[in-house]
Amino acid sequence: MSGAVDSGQTSKSAAAIDRARNAGRSALIGYLPAGYPDVARSIDAAVALADNGVDLIEIGVPYSDPVMDGPVIQDATVEALANGFRVSQLFDVVAGITARTDVPVVVMTYWNPVMRLGVDEFARRLAEAGGAGLITPDLIPDEAAEWMEVSDKYGLDRIFLVAPSSSPERLHRTVEASRGFVYAVSIMGVTGARSKVSSAAHKVVDDTHAAGAKRVCVGLGVSTAEHVREIAAYADGVIVGTALVAALRDGGVGAVGQLAKELSAGLA
Amino acid sequence: MTDKPQPPQRTAETATDPERTRKVAAAGDSTAAGTDDSQTQGTGAEGAEAFLEGRESLRGATGPYFGAYGGRWMPESLIAALDELEDTFEKACADPDFVAEVADLNRNYSGRPSLLTEAKRFSEHACGARIFLKREDLNHTGSHKINNVLGQALLAKRMGKTRLIAETGAGQHGVASATAAALMGMECVVYMGAEDTRRQALNVARMELLGAKVIPVAHGSQTLKDAINEALRDWVANVDHTHYLLGTAAGAHPFPAMVRFFHEVIGDEARGQILEQTGALPDAVCACIGGGSNAIGIFHAFLDDKDVEIFGFEAGGDGVETGRHAASITLGRPGVLHGARSYLMQDEDGQTVESHSISAGLDYPGVGPEHSYLADIGRVTYEPITDAEAMDSFQLLCRTEGIIPAIESAHALAGALKVARRWDEAGHTGAGRPVNEAIIIVNLSGRGDKDVATAAEWFDLLETEKVDSKTVTEGEDK
Ligand SMILES: Cc1ncc(COP(=O)(O)O)c(C=O)c1O
Repeated sequence: MSGAVDSGQTSKSAAAIDRARNAGRSALIGYLPAGYPDVARSIDAAVALADNGVDLIEIGVPYSDPVMDGPVIQDATVEALANGFRVSQLFDVVAGITARTDVPVVVMTYWNPVMRLGVDEFARRLAEAGGAGLITPDLIPDEAAEWMEVSDKYGLDRIFLVAPSSSPERLHRTVEASRGFVYAVSIMGVTGARSKVSSAAHKVVDDTHAAGAKRVCVGLGVSTAEHVREIAAYADGVIVGTALVAALRDGGVGAVGQLAKELSAGLA
Repeated sequence: MTDKPQPPQRTAETATDPERTRKVAAAGDSTAAGTDDSQTQGTGAEGAEAFLEGRESLRGATGPYFGAYGGRWMPESLIAALDELEDTFEKACADPDFVAEVADLNRNYSGRPSLLTEAKRFSEHACGARIFLKREDLNHTGSHKINNVLGQALLAKRMGKTRLIAETGAGQHGVASATAAALMGMECVVYMGAEDTRRQALNVARMELLGAKVIPVAHGSQTLKDAINEALRDWVANVDHTHYLLGTAAGAHPFPAMVRFFHEVIGDEARGQILEQTGALPDAVCACIGGGSNAIGIFHAFLDDKDVEIFGFEAGGDGVETGRHAASITLGRPGVLHGARSYLMQDEDGQTVESHSISAGLDYPGVGPEHSYLADIGRVTYEPITDAEAMDSFQLLCRTEGIIPAIESAHALAGALKVARRWDEAGHTGAGRPVNEAIIIVNLSGRGDKDVATAAEWFDLLETEKVDSKTVTEGEDK
């Protein structure tokens, strides 16, 4: 199990998760879309995450066809696009965040915008902006030959997803291909708040660990401090998205900081 | 499937092969937006050469890749379901019981074989060429769509799934899916863009009569592509008991090859029928291209017949120069959408561009991956047909043959006339034969009952009502 996941030293996101682990807790990862409600405030909101106990920031690229997202994130990204968001501004957002905080930034993107810009060019600009790597919801390792090469070239993390439906063979393959951490989806579904954590989550995390992953973080449907606490008992990190996007929508940057503080308190 | 020619032996196609990835990257690397130069790149040249030298059959390609196209650009959550579907499909094809079951439904439920009708009066407008219509409009539910839904519904049953979900634009595939679900006692949910539910209210009622639930999709452009997004979201959440009955030869592997398989009957029949009726193979085969299912279904039988020219007609909307069209191959560039790499209408940022066509069934910004491959290697020629050209041919067929075609199919009719005119100007067919001996088969993919309102509006046939509806609309606007 010599997978790339093991080489934690070169991975910014692995380092962030390990820092939390050394402090005796799981890492908290917060998702927000780039350019929502506008570029400046998306930077401010991400910095507010960092200032309130978030260990790793996940920035989403607004995309026309977000098949893994539920209504809250869809609406936010549609609004960002309607306001004229351009992919080039993603790199401004990442650079804007990394200039103000040491908390690493990973980017969550559907694959076509990366392909369109060119995988190498996208990676080069992301690395230049100080980004740590990519979370790729519709790119599986089977299709990722180019990304494997390019992410090595620029020292970026490759965060692939595993799901309750992943076979043992696929878990192995995905763990082998990943660097930084492995993103375990807690539930068969799309992003969006849910009242309780799926019982499938615990098993996926255990199976992914058993397949050799050193760091497994759980996302999808995690929205309250209680969910965070529950998942932290078995996962290396907990990813919150929809709840933070809703806070930004309803209460602005202040509300994002407030919610991040509550969520991170659950981990202390 | 076992007695079919083997899929073409192509090199460097495995996903992990860096050579392939580099080719993929090269094909997607040019920077010009809109007009695209990538058709001459990628694996195309090699494939064309091999084909022309007769080394390769183009028939029976199994995927996941068609040259640099296809694949599985899908969330991990769905990979297990795609694997299960692929496995079930492969086993079913090798199972004589399954093949017989499909054949029985085709014959005794859908009404196959569909006729091949010579359109003699329509042909008077074709510079001497004889045009034959493959009458998919006569199938049960009124289009080719039934071929695919019956096959997939049977596979869903084999997998023990009890619920079918589908996307639909015009409603034809939704109606066909609701029909298959009713026939086989399954639950059916159809996702349809909110915009389309308004444009196609009668088809919504048809689906509901058949027991399906229609869910309007109010996100994004509220048309077909957003209906597919929503169906995919449903599938992720319910995949344990639900089959996604994709309606065209696009999407992630195994959908493109599987959907083609169920539609191959169109071309297999047509090839036999034309030989029987005329003693010769056609000079050209024409079909319209939405996602590409009716087209690949009729093309497949002729792919290895080198003297048969093959044409796919995309929706040119208001004209490709206006930007309001659905000509993915003509003007798109390679990208990934809904699980496959293929030609795609997208902007400089890789955001999908909204398509436009008078025909809801062609109003899709992507296209099936096998068509992208056939375009690159030059085996099939893809061209746009505008709304106006399609509607002229729509009317001409009504008046000369007593057949009201689907507006989708009218694009293929218009294309056939164009091909004949081009031959006439050149003085011979593409293969150098006299035009007055030429034979063209047009896939008449569906009937136009669903399009009567659109056509009546286009041809100003609703004089009295028009005034009323205008007042109503104006009233609503205030
Ligand atoms: C009659 C008819 N023809 C063609 C199409 C286009 O689809 P495809 O390109 O998959 O054949 C449709 C789709 O709704 C249709 O209803």
